Amino acid sequence: MLRVTGGKVFDPANGINGEVRDLCVDQGRFVGSVDGGKTIDATGMVIFPGGVDVHTHVAGGSINFARAMTPEDHRRTQAFIRTKTRRSGIGGMAPTTFATGYLYAGMGFTTVNEAAVPVLSARHTHEELSDIPIVDKSSLVLMANNEILLDLIEKGELERAKQVLAWYVSSAKAYGVKAVNPGGVAAWKYGNDAKTLTETISGYKTLTPGNVVTNLAKLVDELGFPHPIHLHCNNLGAPGNISTTIETMKHLEGHRAHLAHLQYHAYGGDDWTTMRSEAAQLAEYFNAHPNMTTDAGAVLFGDTVTITADGPWQHLLYKLTGRKWGNLDVENETGCGIVPYTYKPSNLVNAVQWAVGLELLLLIDDPWRVFLSTDHPNGACFWRYPEIVKLLMCADFRNECMRKLPVSIMNKITLPEITREYTLYEIATIMSAGPARALGLKQKGNLGIGADADIVIYNQEDDVEHMFGHPRYVIKGGEVVIEEGEIRETPDGREFIVQPKYESDTEAFLQPLFEELYTMQFENYPVEMERIEHPDIQECVPVE
Amino acid sequence: MSTITLTLKESPSVPLETEVITPDTVADLSRSEIAALTVYHGKRVCRLDDFFDIDGEKSEHIEIHGDLHRVRMIGKGMSRGSLSITGNVGMHLGAQMSGGTITVNGNASDWIGAEMTGGLIRIHGNGGGQIGAAYRGSLAGMRNGTILVDGTAGLEVGMRMKRGTIVIGKTVRDFAGLQMKGGTIVMLSGAEIRTGAWMNRGTIISCQPTQVMPTFAYSGAYNPTFVNVYAKHLTQYGIDLPYKVSAGTYSRYAGDMGVSGKGELLVWNPV
Repeated sequence: MLRVTGGKVFDPANGINGEVRDLCVDQGRFVGSVDGGKTIDATGMVIFPGGVDVHTHVAGGSINFARAMTPEDHRRTQAFIRTKTRRSGIGGMAPTTFATGYLYAGMGFTTVNEAAVPVLSARHTHEELSDIPIVDKSSLVLMANNEILLDLIEKGELERAKQVLAWYVSSAKAYGVKAVNPGGVAAWKYGNDAKTLTETISGYKTLTPGNVVTNLAKLVDELGFPHPIHLHCNNLGAPGNISTTIETMKHLEGHRAHLAHLQYHAYGGDDWTTMRSEAAQLAEYFNAHPNMTTDAGAVLFGDTVTITADGPWQHLLYKLTGRKWGNLDVENETGCGIVPYTYKPSNLVNAVQWAVGLELLLLIDDPWRVFLSTDHPNGACFWRYPEIVKLLMCADFRNECMRKLPVSIMNKITLPEITREYTLYEIATIMSAGPARALGLKQKGNLGIGADADIVIYNQEDDVEHMFGHPRYVIKGGEVVIEEGEIRETPDGREFIVQPKYESDTEAFLQPLFEELYTMQFENYPVEMERIEHPDIQECVPVE
Repeated sequence: MSTITLTLKESPSVPLETEVITPDTVADLSRSEIAALTVYHGKRVCRLDDFFDIDGEKSEHIEIHGDLHRVRMIGKGMSRGSLSITGNVGMHLGAQMSGGTITVNGNASDWIGAEMTGGLIRIHGNGGGQIGAAYRGSLAGMRNGTILVDGTAGLEVGMRMKRGTIVIGKTVRDFAGLQMKGGTIVMLSGAEIRTGAWMNRGTIISCQPTQVMPTFAYSGAYNPTFVNVYAKHLTQYGIDLPYKVSAGTYSRYAGDMGVSGKGELLVWNPV
């Protein structure tokens, strides 16, 4: 039992904006009152629900490949030395599993969503997720380039496609569906990409990325996953890709959707020298279409490593940088590319990207629909979120940073005209309540009775970057895990999964295809439930 | 001038990591504080005085004695002062250092001055491999500073180095200047094979005939002016780099043509 008294509570899920309230916790959840137990006096402090990261890459084949490819970073980064309660590890661009949990919790985050898992490496991903302590986790499986599924969509066998999709998600013990560059990664196997929604995908007769987007969104809604389709649009990163992005949003009308890292999809111009921000145009369309949510995928200057299932884009990035490149072909499911990258303020393209991420966060009116993310580690590492909070809350600081950018980008961005400053209430929305709602996790990002007792207590400081980087207390499921910057406890987190129903003949349909297409035995493919540590099965409710 | 003297009690059974042995760390510490510094014996956390007898305090000048071939990372990241070592020393000596002087009367193992940005390392015995090199995965090796080895050197000397000078007195093994990006490697006694493979820029000087890779193109014989300047600069270390027209010429080979071909290999031909 635990009571937190006297703090200023910011709980957007229940409309509480900075009121002084007491919070009572029993058995890991909020209750109306408690008798006895420990009391934390939070007088003068700020209380947030535990942070929720809707889009990050922290476990599985791709991040592990990135770790292996960046040994130079391991040498210069923060080392976690083993103690009696803590495992060893390293931070940096691609932190190790245990360190990931410590770093997220240390920043006040208690739920993270691993946003890209090929079903083939789901087992590996779950093993790593179970080694990320403290935080609760969920994962999304990559489906928009799965050749079995694409064949069914091309033939118009949507009912069968739905059953197969349900079987894949169920087998992977995933929480939802991710679509990366729909059709583009399949086309990459022919050395091509899919940059528009209407051109036929290489290797197919009639199928277009647009068909894939619309049908996957529809199937996800029909299956009723708590989280809608999580879409990485076509034509990521390219100048002028705004038209593709708007076109994609049109294809999603009538369906729920979460558009990942829109920063990478909001560029105008014709080439790298003329590339400019189209965040204003994107935000205008987005504001008018409440069926969608997004996360910023903001960029911060510095070293990082980019990892994505978007193989063709990574090849382009490698050609542009001349740095290291890793490419994986994941049988008939998806691909994967890794390129270490440095975002430089002196680089015009990078400077535009930096501005676009902030512009989206500032120009999308509703904080319930745009969330804090850097697409870790693509735009920047997750442990740099407090820097973004400062950029959002302090227009002066933003202007100061803008003065360090090349003058020639000022007519390419709209950031200098934006005066909006986020309030603490809005920060609590984009960092916790909003992403929890988008993920369909009612018990997260919420300080109301019955919700999980994930609480962050900050000292109120003028330097918000320091404030959000150094919570005074972090409480996970009613247990004090961080106190005064020290890790106190490292409990295991849960894993949220869904187990959608599928027709009994689905396996009989898939087995012969499997034996023809996969290198793995059909029986070995689904991840056993015993492999998941602390599974927490969430209900699927079909969307009308 | 006061000095701190460290004497190794006995050679450790597994490698001992002692990145705390730098002038920067000990300059303001008392004897008892120096004794309590953390070192890693394998995965075990130990105190410096578990392995060393310590004499002296509060000094930027350190002398170390003993069989240190399993003691690693001495002088890592140092920026000032001096380290004088008597005995053979382990890997990563002076890695990432930015200033100061390290002198070794004995042999030193691999990764001497890896990724250093300044300062001087002088080895009177033999050196290991990867001298002044980039660590695995890293884009650039040493960015400045000087490494002088009187004896032989191992593989990949100056791998991916960007600037600075490396002088090796006796034979250098394979892949000297591998993927070099700048700077100068002087090989007073020549090298084994594949010198300058994949080099983008920079200069490798060999004072003895040495094998030239087929991807290097002969581009004339001459006496480059900069070698005069270099030779005079190296005289202060007692190194004799030939440069006089009366004594001979340098054959210049441009390479590695497998990549940009902007590097050069100069081979001395005495009259």
